[in-house]
Amino acid sequence: MIAILDYGSGNLRSAQRAFETTGAEVVLTSDRRTALEADGLVVPGVGAFRSCMNGLLAIGGDEIIRERFAKERPTLGICIGMQVLFSHGLEHSVDDVPSTDGVGVWDGTVSKLNAPILPHMGWNTVVAPKDSALFKGIESESFYFVHSYAAKEAVGQRVSWTEHGERFVSAVEDGAMSATQFHPEKSGSVGLTLIRNWTGTL
Amino acid sequence: MSLSIRIIPCLDVTDGRVVKGVNFTNLVDAGDPVEMAALYERESADELTFLDISASSSDRETTLDIVRKTADQVFIPLTVGGGIRSVADVNQLLRAGADKISINTAAIARPELISEIADAFGSQVLVLSVDARRAKTESGFEVTTHGGRNGTGIDALGWIERACNLGVGEILLNSMDADGTRQGYDIEMIEAVRPITRVPLIASGGAGDLEDFARALDAGADALLAASVFHFGVHRIEEVKRYLSQAGYSIREVSNQ
Repeated sequence: MIAILDYGSGNLRSAQRAFETTGAEVVLTSDRRTALEADGLVVPGVGAFRSCMNGLLAIGGDEIIRERFAKERPTLGICIGMQVLFSHGLEHSVDDVPSTDGVGVWDGTVSKLNAPILPHMGWNTVVAPKDSALFKGIESESFYFVHSYAAKEAVGQRVSWTEHGERFVSAVEDGAMSATQFHPEKSGSVGLTLIRNWTGTL
Repeated sequence: MSLSIRIIPCLDVTDGRVVKGVNFTNLVDAGDPVEMAALYERESADELTFLDISASSSDRETTLDIVRKTADQVFIPLTVGGGIRSVADVNQLLRAGADKISINTAAIARPELISEIADAFGSQVLVLSVDARRAKTESGFEVTTHGGRNGTGIDALGWIERACNLGVGEILLNSMDADGTRQGYDIEMIEAVRPITRVPLIASGGAGDLEDFARALDAGADALLAASVFHFGVHRIEEVKRYLSQAGYSIREVSNQ
């Protein structure tokens, strides 16, 4: 069973349907036990880094994610759901509030992309390492992005890269923890392939 | 390796049916929006837009149902516009499976709606739809409502700057002068808007020849919306993309896995 963590508003229906195309049972949940015990947990993300963290904290999502990471339980962060896995986010930071703490699975800061047009919105190429499990068979395809902030330093075991104004981390695979800055559930057939690659490891 | 330009077919929907000139021969039912959305996804559309032109609010549930059915089987981004007046309307559409919503008249009537939506869901869900035409305003372009029938006297460039400050994530620039003419996108208008905003710019209205798409990109558009040229089969999306690719633009190729 795959659980999609429901901790705010936004479009979770597409994510649910996309993961259901693998044949898996998929539930939307904010329940701690369901999220901890699921074979795979998907952490979606909507809005900004801080509002996303606030939503996660409200349901104890940060602890759920850290516990799954410690127990090597498969977890997949998507978009802001990837960004909050880092230790710091600079979105909406001002002088008196320098940054927002993330879940802290990885040490690193999520900062604004240096690009002429933002948000980075649309289909862009992801270059994945050859030994990637997530991108098996789709190592240099385009996926759908919507974001203005990103991590720019490598973390974890395998990192995929994309360019928009500058190079940034578009996916991380680190043991049982995976994350994509793009939306696989909105990336057509290649996105569904990535989802099948992930559920195939559960 | 770079961000691809986007080709976005737009479907006008009312009472659960696609209206305004749809003439597909390879569909069982040319008026079914879900079927058309799936077809356009297969034809390599990069996003889809539904414009709900229903006159009455009682059709709202029908629209939500179409959005649900589309999101259930189409896995590319879906924008829904038309009649959105509140944060609650936006939440309903996002929950049904829309990825972005576009607002127009309601934002002109009450600009704070822009920041309310951006605060609740993030700027990335919010497309400002601007129906503009030539008029005697400061920039020479005026915002209209009701499909270009009603002028507002509001300067289009000033309005776009203000809306961007309030938090829109994207601009859909629809030329009322070019709309439906197939004489080309309004290049002057795109060139006027491009320097005043850093958010992505979608050009709309007037697409006819293949060259029109390239000209709009050269003028500064990041994405190209079109309706009738695709609905009537004047051009296939793949044909437009092949042309743009050969002309040196970055496009997304769809591999059929």
